Amino acid sequence: MAFTNDEVLAGLSELITDETGIDGSEVALEKSFTDDLDIDSISMMTIVVNAEEKFGVTIPDDEVKNLKTVGDAVNFIVAGQA
Amino acid sequence: MTATLKQATGPQYTRILSFGAARGENAVPNDDLIGPIDSSDEWIRQRTGIITRVRANKETDAVDLASVAGAEAIEKSGIPASDIDLVIVATISNPRQSPSVSAIVADRVGANPAAAYDMNAACAGYSYAIAQADALIRSGAAHYALVIGAEKLSDVIDPTDRSISFLLGDGAGAAVVGPSETPGIAPAVWGSDGSKSEVVAINGTLTQFRDGEVPWPTLRQEGPAVFRWAVWEMAKVAREALEVAGIEAADLAAFIPHQANMRIIDEFAKQLKLPETTVIARDIETTGNTSAASIPLASHRLMAEHPELSGGLALQIGFGAGLVFAAQVVVLP
Repeated sequence: MAFTNDEVLAGLSELITDETGIDGSEVALEKSFTDDLDIDSISMMTIVVNAEEKFGVTIPDDEVKNLKTVGDAVNFIVAGQA
Repeated sequence: MTATLKQATGPQYTRILSFGAARGENAVPNDDLIGPIDSSDEWIRQRTGIITRVRANKETDAVDLASVAGAEAIEKSGIPASDIDLVIVATISNPRQSPSVSAIVADRVGANPAAAYDMNAACAGYSYAIAQADALIRSGAAHYALVIGAEKLSDVIDPTDRSISFLLGDGAGAAVVGPSETPGIAPAVWGSDGSKSEVVAINGTLTQFRDGEVPWPTLRQEGPAVFRWAVWEMAKVAREALEVAGIEAADLAAFIPHQANMRIIDEFAKQLKLPETTVIARDIETTGNTSAASIPLASHRLMAEHPELSGGLALQIGFGAGLVFAAQVVVLP
């Protein structure tokens, strides 16, 4: 069963909180991982790997650098389920 | 009628008898490196767990470091140096390709005329060399082996590089491997993935440098890609190494991964679900990443700080440029 945008956002928010301790209420579609949430590249990769497992998608290394905002990641994951 | 050849056979089991270590003479704190990379002590600590790294004097080379570490390992083993008939040096950073580091070291430590060769398996070099020493002794090709990982990585760094240079240190770690009454070195799970050869590599060749096409070649990495591979792919390799050794994570007295980055070590330990009783080597904090030398250096420190680990099982895993990897469970001396 495919996840909706809202479900992916909620799930991603949990993964971000688990990895960084950032409060889930701060995670929103327009937030930049680096500039707004201060997530470094190593934490970003941990979140990516956990997201792959949680949502059953593949996020290649080359794609990770294109995921600037939470919305970018949500869109990629939702599209990747197809 | 053709005469029948003799073929050698050796002892059934081998083990590591001792460790030796040599670290670069100078402790280099983060504050000494942050200028050219526009960074801070906190930035480096947060991303790597490194507080200081050891770097050698200009006149000290990998051969010197390897000789000191090798001599200590031989002395602690109780085996006469003249009984060592195999010397393997794992290194990627000796700027003189020939003669080999190993032949000079064999002579310096009193093991001349031991068979001696260098090998390039980057940060997996020590684990590769332990696998070779084990196999060569059990086949009867050698009796006692001196295995060394030796690097002077400060010769292949760029102070302005933000990818890897600030992690790197200089040192050598050594082990003597010999016959054993009981199993002491489990099978290695080893391999490579040359399709990812560029994610961590020297960024030019000596001929390109000679022809003025590139500056002095130095090590670079794509950190996030290496991190993903080093934790999640290597966790699979580590679990396989436990399986072929016939043990479980709960049986481990120690976990001694390549000292690449504290964040890798921490996440790796989490993935393996190590019990709290397993001591995790964290030599990187004050030594830095010394590539092929990091596992034996970390082992040496672990035994000095935790002598009660002697006789216990340790999982060691090396992984790095190639990409290459090797993991095996060993009994600590």
